[in-house]
Amino acid sequence: MIAEFGLAALWLAAALAGLQLLGGFAGLRPGGERLAALVRPAAVLQALLCALAFVALLWLFARTDLSVALVAKNSHSMKPLIFKLSGAWGNHEGSMLLWVSVMALAGGLIALIERRLPERTMLATLGAQAFVGLGFYAFLLVSSNPFERLPQPPAEGLGLNPLLQDIGLAMHPPTLYFGYVGLSVAFSFAVGALLTRQVTPEFAKVMRPWILGAWIFLTLGITAGSYWAYYELGWGGWWFWDPVENASLMPWLAATALLHSASVLAARDALRTWTILLGVVAFSMSMVGTFLVRSGILTSVHAFAVDPERGAFILALLAIYIGGALVLFTLRAGTIAEGERFAMLSREGALVVNNVALSAILGIVLLGTLYPLLTEAFDVRVSVGPPYFNPVGAIFFLPMLVVLAIGPLLRWRRDSFERVQKPVVAIAVVALAVLAGVHFIAGVALLPLLGMALAAAVAVGSVMPLAGRSLRRLPLAVWGMVIAHFGVAVALFGMAADTAFQQERLVAARIGETITDGPWTITLAAVEPVAGPNWTALEARLEASYKGGEVQLARPQARSFWTPPQETSEVALLTRWNGQLYAALGGEAEGERWQLRLWWKPFVTWIWYGGILIGLGGLLALIGRVASDLRRRSARAQIAVRRGEVAA
Amino acid sequence: MSALKPKHQRLVLVVVAMVALIAAALLATWALRNQASYFYVPSDIAADPPPPGQAIRLGGMVEEGSFRTRADGVTIDFVVGDGEARVPVTFSGIVPDLFVEGSGVVAEGSMRGDGTFVATNLLAKHDETYMPRELEDMDAAARREVVAETE
Repeated sequence: MIAEFGLAALWLAAALAGLQLLGGFAGLRPGGERLAALVRPAAVLQALLCALAFVALLWLFARTDLSVALVAKNSHSMKPLIFKLSGAWGNHEGSMLLWVSVMALAGGLIALIERRLPERTMLATLGAQAFVGLGFYAFLLVSSNPFERLPQPPAEGLGLNPLLQDIGLAMHPPTLYFGYVGLSVAFSFAVGALLTRQVTPEFAKVMRPWILGAWIFLTLGITAGSYWAYYELGWGGWWFWDPVENASLMPWLAATALLHSASVLAARDALRTWTILLGVVAFSMSMVGTFLVRSGILTSVHAFAVDPERGAFILALLAIYIGGALVLFTLRAGTIAEGERFAMLSREGALVVNNVALSAILGIVLLGTLYPLLTEAFDVRVSVGPPYFNPVGAIFFLPMLVVLAIGPLLRWRRDSFERVQKPVVAIAVVALAVLAGVHFIAGVALLPLLGMALAAAVAVGSVMPLAGRSLRRLPLAVWGMVIAHFGVAVALFGMAADTAFQQERLVAARIGETITDGPWTITLAAVEPVAGPNWTALEARLEASYKGGEVQLARPQARSFWTPPQETSEVALLTRWNGQLYAALGGEAEGERWQLRLWWKPFVTWIWYGGILIGLGGLLALIGRVASDLRRRSARAQIAVRRGEVAA
Repeated sequence: MSALKPKHQRLVLVVVAMVALIAAALLATWALRNQASYFYVPSDIAADPPPPGQAIRLGGMVEEGSFRTRADGVTIDFVVGDGEARVPVTFSGIVPDLFVEGSGVVAEGSMRGDGTFVATNLLAKHDETYMPRELEDMDAAARREVVAETE
């Protein structure tokens, strides 16, 4: 019953999306007011129904109802409850249901709370949101029904890929989906504004919290995904330029650009058309990412769904939505009046450089990700990895960091070299000192060297806007900017330091043997069998000491799961403030020896601390913006009340 | 810049953005041609060997009986074949769990001057659903020959 209930809720929600689309666009024409009145209730009801459908799926997974095909394929009665629940979205159908649900929730939320936009833009936005939603409902109901029943329920489920039985992974896809789908709201706002030709600072202010929200989720999702790949895959790397990673990076790049251009639009009424275009591009990148991951077009470590028919479906959706939005943009962009002007040496100017650089990097990542697919059509099989992405991306990333260090010091509209001379010289001196210091003491490759110098520059530059201001009265949004930019410096330093200074040891060690790796001495004390709820493992006991200090235990495992049968490597990590010891256990070698792979990774954790700081900065900015919106709203309400009293 | 006639500003911005994006696209295309690592099967290498040191991926079947572990316990040698040609491969590291003789493998690395492929990473079949993309085609064409050869 639960499955049928969920499916019915989903069909009803799809029908409501159709009504919402109809009402939204009827409302743009004279005489459509009655249909238009249905739009908001339809959006809210649709959100409720989707939430119910998703809860139904969670319920089925919690109870391990094996008569449902999806549960039988992806779950197992012996699994811990948290992984039963995460199994609901750890597969294609469930994750698409999550996608549709988040999208409906976002639409419902706009319908409930957003009151600042002109009614026509609002209707067009909700109509656009329903239009995008309908495509995904069709996809879900026609080719990916999560509630399909099996005629013959099996006695036991097939289990969940052991690589996915991890708390990090349980939270990873929902986080990214909130980000992806949050951008659909920016997309709908952009389409709505194009339809009604109303691109104003007010519009940017309405759109901004949604971009910020989506961007925070994307930032944290990418950070968590990177850490997950780092400790789960056992290869010691934190970014592989895997197409699936790129699929989440591309929307983030576009959203970062959009966030900054929306700030310009909100504060200065400039960059109108550009902001609209980015709104379209950002969600397009979300859809491209979903297509790459969900269609099975690339089979990479992360891609678990392989189904070309679904690929064709998503490709058609991409063509309709991206193509449609871009055609609309081309038709309407010329009719949007030019915004305010500004000098190139100004905050706006710096943000334009930021936007152009981010767009260039986005293009580079997109080309590099799609290139293997293009050449495959001509029967040439290639893979594109770090030798392409690192240097080519750096050509645009490094100059962008220079502007990032200086940009926040500039004034809006127009600034002068004389005014910013002192802080700029100070930043340059710090960067050059780090550059020279690292170069002469350590002798490091060019990219990490520049990375460390620029990290120092950005760190100093990012806190300078605090100078001479009352910290207590500083708006939260400024704090957010400072912390996020500082986070960039922290993450960049972690990446550069790990690349430059990591030390790897690969040995076959006897029990009792001691290995040195950088500042660490590590003794292999024992290798013992251990067992978990659905796995058995060999576990090495490593006694590690940093520079002869206190002995710490590290226990890397080689695990064998039995549902489904698969082996994974569970690395052990010893974390210090200045880096991590990363240990992986391999197989047994001749002569009673055990393969061990050990890395000393200086400052590697700073990568993820930086990512968290960036997300935290976004969160502060979001709280600041929403709080000031609420204050303004209540102030306006009071004025209205007072006026009412006067009139009475 | 600020001396510029203001009415041209939008045009200037568009041109600047276009130039940067076109530059990025050109740079990317050029770099892709040089930096993409091409996929080879052993008979490709026999027909037209890639220059030593260039990053490539090698795919094929691990030949039965070719697997040796060296005295250091972490360096392995094996032979990858596709039924027509054979390439000796050496690799230092922890071997993927499902890496066994007679099964498919994709190795990332480069050729050495002496005709040995030095692998920096081995991508074996991870589980029953995951397979490196190149191996999927490979299996249909090459598996028959490999099976015929090893039986």
